[in-house]
Formats: sequence, C-alpha cells, structure tokens
Amino acid sequence: MNFKAIFKENPLPATMLLFCTLLVCTFLFLILGEIFSKGLSALSWSFIFDAPKNGMTKGGILPAIVGTLLLTLITTLASLPIGIACAIYLSEYAKNNTTTQIIRAAIRNLAGVPSIIYGLFGLALFVQGLQLGTSILSAGLTLGLLSLPYIITTTEEALKTVPQSMREGALALGATQFETIRDIVLPASIPGIATGVILSLSRAAGETAPILFTGAAFYVTGLPGNLFQEFMALPYHLYMLTTQHQSIATVRPLAYGTAAVLIILVFMLNIVAFMIRNKFRKQLK
Amino acid sequence: MNNRLRVRIDKVFKVVFRIAGFACIAILVSIFMMLLYNTVAFFSQIKPLDFITDTQWNPSRHFGLLPLLASTLLVTLGAMAIAIPLGIGTALFISEYATGFVKNMLKPAVEMLSAIPSVVIGFLGIVVISPGISNLFGLSNGLNALNGAILLAIMALPTIITVAEDAIHAVPMTVKEASYGLGATKWATVKNIVLPAAYPGIIAAIMLGMGRAIGETMTVLMATGNSLAFPTGFFSSIRTITATIAIEMGEVPFQTTHYYGLFALALILFLITMAVNVLAERMVNRIRKFQ
Repeated sequence: MNFKAIFKENPLPATMLLFCTLLVCTFLFLILGEIFSKGLSALSWSFIFDAPKNGMTKGGILPAIVGTLLLTLITTLASLPIGIACAIYLSEYAKNNTTTQIIRAAIRNLAGVPSIIYGLFGLALFVQGLQLGTSILSAGLTLGLLSLPYIITTTEEALKTVPQSMREGALALGATQFETIRDIVLPASIPGIATGVILSLSRAAGETAPILFTGAAFYVTGLPGNLFQEFMALPYHLYMLTTQHQSIATVRPLAYGTAAVLIILVFMLNIVAFMIRNKFRKQLK
Repeated sequence: MNNRLRVRIDKVFKVVFRIAGFACIAILVSIFMMLLYNTVAFFSQIKPLDFITDTQWNPSRHFGLLPLLASTLLVTLGAMAIAIPLGIGTALFISEYATGFVKNMLKPAVEMLSAIPSVVIGFLGIVVISPGISNLFGLSNGLNALNGAILLAIMALPTIITVAEDAIHAVPMTVKEASYGLGATKWATVKNIVLPAAYPGIIAAIMLGMGRAIGETMTVLMATGNSLAFPTGFFSSIRTITATIAIEMGEVPFQTTHYYGLFALALILFLITMAVNVLAERMVNRIRKFQ
C-alpha cells in the first residue's frame, strides 16, 4: 500500500505523522541552511590556511583545524587498540556468563555517561593525576575514553558478521585461536570495523565538553608543536567566538565559517564511513 | 615457528584480550570512584543536607543543588514534550507509512541530524532560536529554558527516532497481516497492534533520548542564559548541572570546597543518567523476551 492509498483511507493520522516527519526534516534543513548560507561566504583559502589575526577578528582558523585533526589522531591511537581488543574478547573468547554480562553492562553505561563527566575524569586522571597538564595529549586520551564504548560496540558487530564456518575451517587446519583471529576474522571484518571507528571519531571530533578543561585554548600562537601543549580545536573555537569574545558581532561571520568547516569535516568522515560500508556490502554480494 | 611458541603466543593474547575486556569495568568503576572520592571531600566541608535543601547555588557560601537540578529537569521535560511526539511520529512514518525513495532518504537525514556537533546546535540556538523566541513572545532575551528545551529536543530526536523505529520495525509482519486480514485500516493496525507490541522499545527510546538530553552540556551552556536564579518557568534564564560544571570548573582553584562541589554535582548527574539508562536497558530486554 503506498502513502496515497493510506492517506485516502484515514487522512488525519497520516497527515499528523507526515507533519512530524516534515518538522524533523525542517530542523535539519534549517540548521544546514543557516550555517551554509552564512558560513560559505566566510570560507576562503585564507580562512582555512591562515592563523587568526587582530584578536580573532581577522584571519583564518588553520590552528583550530590542525588541532582538531591532531586531536582526532591521538583519540584514535588511544582508543583503537583497547577498543578492538575488548571487542575481540567479547566476540571470540567471552562465555555467556555473569562476568561477560557485567562487562557488557559496563560498556552500555559508559556510552551513557555524559561527556562533561568524561571531561572531569580526564581532568582528574590525565591533567592532575598523571601530571600531563592541560595538553592535547590529555584531551586526546579523554576523548579516547569517550569513544571507547562506541568503538567496542561497532567492532563487535563487525566481528559477529564473520561466518562461524570460516573460524572452524582455520581451527581445523591447526591454527591457534589467536592465529584464526589475526589471519581470518580480523581481515574479513576490517571494512565493518573501519566504518564504526570512523563514525565514532566523527562524533569525538565534534565534542566540546570533554576538552573544555583538559587542554583546549582560545588562542595559541603557531601550530601545535608537541603533545604537551595546549591547542586550538574547531568546536571549542566556535564556542569561544560565539559566547566569550569581546566583540561578538564582529566575529559572527567567522563563527559561521568555523561552524561550516566543522560540519563539513564531520560529514566528510561520515561519507567516508558510508562509502566503505557500501563497498563492503557490494563485495559480499 | 615451533608449536610451543605458537601456543604460548596464543595464551598471551588470550590474557591480553581478557584484560581489555575487564578494562571497561575498571574505567566505569574509576569514574564512579573519582566522583565519589571528591564528593566525600565536599561533604566533609558542606553538610549533605545543606547540599540537598539549600535553594541557592552561589559558590562562596551557598552550595544548593536544587536550582540547578530544577533547571536540568525543566529543560529536559520541555525537550521531551517536544521530542517524544515528534520522534515517535517520525519513527512510525518511516517504518509504517513511507515507502521506496522517501524511506531511503529519511534514514540518512536522521543520521545527518545526529552527526551535527552539539556546539553547532548551541550556536544555532543563539543566532536563530533566541531572536525567534524574543520576537514571538515579546521578550527582551531569548536565551531561556524554552530555547534550551527546543535545542535538547533536536539533540534527543535522532536517538528517539532510531531506537523507536527499530522497535516498530521488529513487530512481526504476520501480526500486522492478521490485523489487515480482519479488515483493520492502516491506522487502526498501527494504533491497536503495532504501538502496543513495540511499547517497551518505544519507552526505551524515550529513556535513552532523555538520558542524552540530561547529560548534554554545550547546547544548554550556550543557549539558556546562565542565570543562577531558581527557575520559574520556560521563559526564565536558567543554568543546568552540566552548564554549571562547564563554566565553573575552568575558573575554580584546585581542591577548594567549590572544586569538590562541582564533583558532587557531577556525581548526581552520573547517578541520574545511569538510572535512566538502566531503566531503558530493562525495557529493551523485555522486548527481547517478547520476541
């Protein structure tokens, strides 16, 4: 039955549900329309490749872009090994017992912990406890913890799609369980893992609350040089330009530009993830 | 490589993977212990009863949870009032009404909405929703609880839509076909068969969306006006628990009463979101049993 037929049958509920859906789509188009209609005009090569000038009122956002990319790299390095190892444990080794259920419950709860609490935890553990100071390393490690539950969940799903018969084949040929995982299970599930990891990272790249007190700074001269420096990041830059700058009206176009760059960056990561997923699906067929 | 070495490597990695699994429990427990440790330090200086009953948060003398908690609950309830009908309506439309091209376009649209960083939505609250509210209601300032509620609704919508759609989609086709076979219309089937069957999943969707809204920081920090006064309604400027931590943690001296107080707030937030998520999980488990 198509929508027209359903509509004729009982117009009121159909209209109401359509209205809800259209309103949700309106939110999306309102956000994208507002940001891109006013942000794209601020975009230029010099906006992307220049450092801020004249107390942020002129110049570009290169340090913030580089800061966010570097931060995402550290996040990946911090969360990927533990995340994949944990997913392998859950998918390949763990028996369905109470301990495993507790681990799964812990992961679900970690996914629900508000990002600001990860920020506090990063402050207490990395900045103060391990004496890393407010630095890009502390912020990256904090975001790594935040991404961990998403990476584990998506990686485990990817591992589960590998047919059991492939594992049994490897084991029957005399491979140890570790060799089976390394040579059979992981290679077969890499596209799925990559999709999940990139999506988790795109989420981490847009996070602001966890880096508020672990290392983000409003202005740093030059590009990030070492891991123990404070750094500029796109989401934090947007927050500061919008709420903390002395002349908010003057820097508004720059704020729109920053928002546009941030959304483009996040969407690009999402598109890469979907392209990997689609390519993988075609290969399966 | 000889076999003994291969077996040894196998055993070593078995332990490594197991440690990684237990690390997740360790992280959650350490977060909780870190919050608890600092909260205990706070309660050694401020009486817990004062923390719960004081109606003022004014960190030189007054550490009252109530205005912040009331603000958090106010924006969250407002957000849910908007997001629940919209989210469930959209989930029903995508799952039961939309077909073909429209259906294939709606899912990526919801995913795009969920991919937009919260700081961008907060920015939108300042530049679009705030002037909108002040014009519509003739207020001098549109940075208030209503603004925060609208933004949090946008943040919670993708979660609610995705989880509710999964639950609605999971209702077996045979059950729906039995209803059509008895002559029920599409809407009658949705109302009497699909919604009751998907009910636990829909509740889970609402709870998960609510958990997301309660813990959300940047949007409420940017768009609700940051007033410490006790909230009186949706037009009052407010400050939630999350926003208070975000603003004050950057300025507070290390290991003062104020510093510990912010961890106490975080502990309350942690417990609330955890309770909401555990309830949601119970609902999801109920659907699994139902199937």
